[in-house]
Amino acid sequence: MGDVIKGNLDTDGIDRRGFLKCMAWAGTGTLCVMQGGVLKSFAMSGLAGKHHADLKGELAFVQISDSHIGFNKAANPDVTATLQVAIDKINGLPVKPEFVLHTGDLSHLSKDSEFDTLDQALKSLRTGAIHYVPGEHDVINDNGQQYRERYGKNTKGDGWYSFDQKGVHFIGLVNVMNLKAGGLGSLGHDQLEWLEDDVSHLKSSTPIVVFAHIPLWSVYPEWGWGTDDGAQALTYLKKFGSVSVLNGHIHQVMQKVEGNVTFHTAMSTAFPQPAPGTAPSPGPMKVPAEQLRTLLGVTNLNFVRGNNTLAIVDSSLAAGQTKREEIGSAPLYGG
Amino acid sequence: MKNTQIKIGVLCVALSGVLGWQAASQAKPAAPTALGARATGQAIEVKIDNFSFIPQEITVAAGTKVTWVNRDDIPHTVRSTEDKFKSKALDTDEQYSFTFDTPGTYEYFCSVHPKMTAKVIVQ
Repeated sequence: MGDVIKGNLDTDGIDRRGFLKCMAWAGTGTLCVMQGGVLKSFAMSGLAGKHHADLKGELAFVQISDSHIGFNKAANPDVTATLQVAIDKINGLPVKPEFVLHTGDLSHLSKDSEFDTLDQALKSLRTGAIHYVPGEHDVINDNGQQYRERYGKNTKGDGWYSFDQKGVHFIGLVNVMNLKAGGLGSLGHDQLEWLEDDVSHLKSSTPIVVFAHIPLWSVYPEWGWGTDDGAQALTYLKKFGSVSVLNGHIHQVMQKVEGNVTFHTAMSTAFPQPAPGTAPSPGPMKVPAEQLRTLLGVTNLNFVRGNNTLAIVDSSLAAGQTKREEIGSAPLYGG
Repeated sequence: MKNTQIKIGVLCVALSGVLGWQAASQAKPAAPTALGARATGQAIEVKIDNFSFIPQEITVAAGTKVTWVNRDDIPHTVRSTEDKFKSKALDTDEQYSFTFDTPGTYEYFCSVHPKMTAKVIVQ
């Protein structure tokens, strides 16, 4: 946490030289907020009472990730139950989310039965729609054919697509297909070409939200936590004043702000993974049962058009922890 | 990370002790424990654990059957970079075998976690 930026002296309110690294382990993180272009950070313990103000806005949506239905090892023998807790938490929000994003690894082994279980559980979700992108666990044996039949109707290529909601342009990308030996996540030429075309007609004032499973930025390439051609994708988004990138895959919250782009990863609803480099491998972390739900969660996102901020609120699944675990917000221009 | 005991039904021969085969009578199973393991017989096991293929490189005689066993909590695959062999997803304790009949160097990786790379050298 030593390199968290506590203030921003740049006149435009965005730090362009360095970046913010903010890792918020549930219960032990730092709150990082960009407010009106000024970055602020707070100790987690100082968050009480700020929750509801951040839930007011023109567009609220929720991100869940990495439900890994079918996983049954020691790190979490009942991933369906913890997904249900996440669903209950979403249904209990004071504001009904316009939609829910699931950023991949819906299943553990791409099995019919796993997708069925997920679908059954998500039926109880009170929201307008659910939008998906696949994780590598969803496309294991059939190059994602079943995934696309279930969740990718009307998508392009391997399952990428975009849509507009209340003036915000959302882009779902697929970076878990055709992975090369020794490489990271991959978008591929066809998808990059589509992306360039997809955003070419948009005004630069349009807020952009990109979501994909594997982080588009290099979180920890040694563990494969990055996307080989992610930087190429971001070059197509340079003209936009506000770009938010939402990813899963690493089962923990991380944030980075770089130029006009805010990067954010979400917790898993299934099991936690270790912080980069802190374990021999990125395998599931086995934690005491009573601690598990503090390391799982949902992300609640909120565009607050009035004061030009995007607030990101991560909540753990622990019953007693109704406050957010961490917040970040980035300026939205031209809303 | 977990119990790493390996059981091998058939195993052959350690030529040179420097390569780190565990001592075993001819009738008992043994396990490769070091990189660069070398076998001249019919079967050898590669363990998948901690997001690694162990040993990462093996040298075997033509005709050797190599079996990969996943000891990780996460599914992995075994996939030739030149598409010469390819497993389905291997869940914990599942295995996949391929018999190498033709001499050459066979590089492979896990298509789910492509940072995991390894090779089989067939002589």
